[in-house]
Amino acid sequence: MALAAPKETYAGRVFEVTIGTSKTAVFGGENVLPFHKFDGDTPHKPVIAFEIQDVAPEDWPDTVKEVYGDAASDPVKWALYCQNNLNAQAIALRLISTHPDRENRSADDAAKTVKAVLDSIEVPLIILGSNNVEKDATVLVAAAEAASSRNCVIGKAQEGNYKTISAAAMAQNHKLIAMSDLDINLSKQLGILITQMGFEKERMIADPMCSALGYGLEYTYSVMERIRLAALTQNDVIMQPPMLADIGMYVWKVKETQASEADLPKWGSLKERGIAWEAVTAGAMLLAGAELLIMRHPDAVRSVQKFIEEF
Amino acid sequence: MALSGVEIFKLLPKTNCKKCGHPTCLAFAMKLAQRQASLDACPDVSEEAKRKLGEASAPPFRPITMGAGNSVVNMGEETVLFRHEKKFVNPCALAVEVKDTDSEESIKAAVDALRDSELERVGQKLRIDAIFIKEVSGDPAKFSQTVLSISAQAPDMPLIISTTNPAAAEAALEKIPGTRPVLYGANESNAEAMAETAKKHKVILGVYAANLDALSELTEKIKATGVEDMVIDSGARTAGDILRDNTFIRRAAIKKSVKSVGYPVISFAQRDDHMLEALVASLCIAKYSSIVVLSSIEKWKSLALFTLRQNIYTDPQVPMQVEQKIYSIGEAGADAPLMITTNFSLTFFIVSGEVENSKVPARLAVMDSEGLSVLTAWAAGKFTASKIAQFIQESGIEKEISKKELIIPGYVSILSGAIEEKLPGWKVVVGPREANALPAFLKTMN
Repeated sequence: MALAAPKETYAGRVFEVTIGTSKTAVFGGENVLPFHKFDGDTPHKPVIAFEIQDVAPEDWPDTVKEVYGDAASDPVKWALYCQNNLNAQAIALRLISTHPDRENRSADDAAKTVKAVLDSIEVPLIILGSNNVEKDATVLVAAAEAASSRNCVIGKAQEGNYKTISAAAMAQNHKLIAMSDLDINLSKQLGILITQMGFEKERMIADPMCSALGYGLEYTYSVMERIRLAALTQNDVIMQPPMLADIGMYVWKVKETQASEADLPKWGSLKERGIAWEAVTAGAMLLAGAELLIMRHPDAVRSVQKFIEEF
Repeated sequence: MALSGVEIFKLLPKTNCKKCGHPTCLAFAMKLAQRQASLDACPDVSEEAKRKLGEASAPPFRPITMGAGNSVVNMGEETVLFRHEKKFVNPCALAVEVKDTDSEESIKAAVDALRDSELERVGQKLRIDAIFIKEVSGDPAKFSQTVLSISAQAPDMPLIISTTNPAAAEAALEKIPGTRPVLYGANESNAEAMAETAKKHKVILGVYAANLDALSELTEKIKATGVEDMVIDSGARTAGDILRDNTFIRRAAIKKSVKSVGYPVISFAQRDDHMLEALVASLCIAKYSSIVVLSSIEKWKSLALFTLRQNIYTDPQVPMQVEQKIYSIGEAGADAPLMITTNFSLTFFIVSGEVENSKVPARLAVMDSEGLSVLTAWAAGKFTASKIAQFIQESGIEKEISKKELIIPGYVSILSGAIEEKLPGWKVVVGPREANALPAFLKTMN
């Protein structure tokens, strides 16, 4: 007997988000589960942003540091290298040096870096704080102003600082990342709080918190799947922003991306292992529902792009 | 479609004889509907009811076991589409491909690599599960010799014998009786002969068709010849096709009770680009394949895929736990700081990762809290001062360290006094609440 294809259709649809001005990137817009083009519309492929930071990546493992070499000594050079040499669709600038436990640079310094990077690149920019709740509230406000009218993504707004960061993103017409701690209800709650301030839900990007392969990946995977199912089956508009997976920062600190083959011969080549760790984490996040990825190693990005091309 | 309790009730004798151990036939029917009872418990049930109920109660994916040694692979039995609904049952098996045209040395190297592939992670032993032996030579004698030689080198390893030539299949299977391999290679043109061979040798038949429709028809035809155990291949090779076909198969079997595709799926991920191969294999693991065939098993690739499989097939209702013990991180000497936390695997991974990042050698005492995180374990009475004190005393760590100082998570600072009371001579230091503050904290300890 021939098999009647058991297709599924849904009531809801993920919001389509466009970032950047001169060169833009578009993601979201689907009314089906990830890559389920056999069920309905998948108008855009996921977008991968290359992560750079405002100081040289001394804290990154060699496998990924070596790729950038001298280009990473300055954020403008680094951004241009990603755009011109690696064909980055977008750049994610992490203002890590503003963290009080690190260089503790000022919001003004951060704003200058943002401006310098934006003046030199054409691709969209994602501007990330140092993930210090208090400091991000000042740094990201200054960064949003410096990036005014460039349609950037500002993040991450969390429960403890969403008011100031959302207001700045709203005033300067940026998109906003809303990050919550690995829980579908917390993600929804933060979405409600931010939209109640008057921030349009169509300009939001949800970050339900990423985790690396082997380090809680299954939690992120299921939270993302549940958020996407709620968006589609229940037509829950708060759950309909596209999702971000901030992969690099979680992957490149786990043991599997750092331990040498000499120490752990059973784990095989360190270089391939690190790249595979980032690529496989990214692949799983895409299958769970992420539309925007932030990654570090160009080889991992290339493999994930080839993977996306196969759908 | 599974029957409801009331539908099952209609098929029962309705005598309320209690011989099944339930007070009424209706109560028994309800248990049957929830799959908490077996129809065998009813002595008076009619043959017709047995047949109807048997069909309805059969699992959507037929349970099939590959191999016969100490390392069999269980497949099928899945009941859901998403892992948060219920645990995925049988983890996707990883198989590596060898060809009968490969040299003896390269086959030996592949088998050795396979034996060497075993790893331990979070208390689970992980390894490549099967060898896929492909007939390329066109020579049944050469093929059967290769199969025999691999079976002799790895007697416990389940085998997948790949050929579309019934004569080659016959020759190979004769050499490895009783090993319950998969014979992969039934298709529209050889189905009858392959089905006969599969029946004769009592092996699992791998069935290939160019698309899902043809596959569904072919499995019905083969089933009619008496072959029950099959693994199926819809011909999908690109990531997009694998996702589509595997999703349709899973939905058809679970939601529509379509029996003709209710079999474990075999997928092929081989690519020249091994990083891409790892990604396609990841898709197969996450999205419903029961066997994925790889071209090679570099250690880095196996480690990533084993780990993903472990993550995806974890029970979402039961937290992953790590073993209770005191872990040394870095070269922890007698004066290295000693910290304590709970044995929820995520807690352990995050805390130990941050300690490693700090580059400060330290000891991390991980206490069995039934897999709960620090605050939850404290609230549930599983991470209390007396339990912590008992664990530290019984661990004997006192003899290995120079100063009796224990760092506790900031969230349970309230316990510090009580622990000091119960651990005479010890000083309790309150650490940070969140693991990401550990590097800065540990540097101040030095």
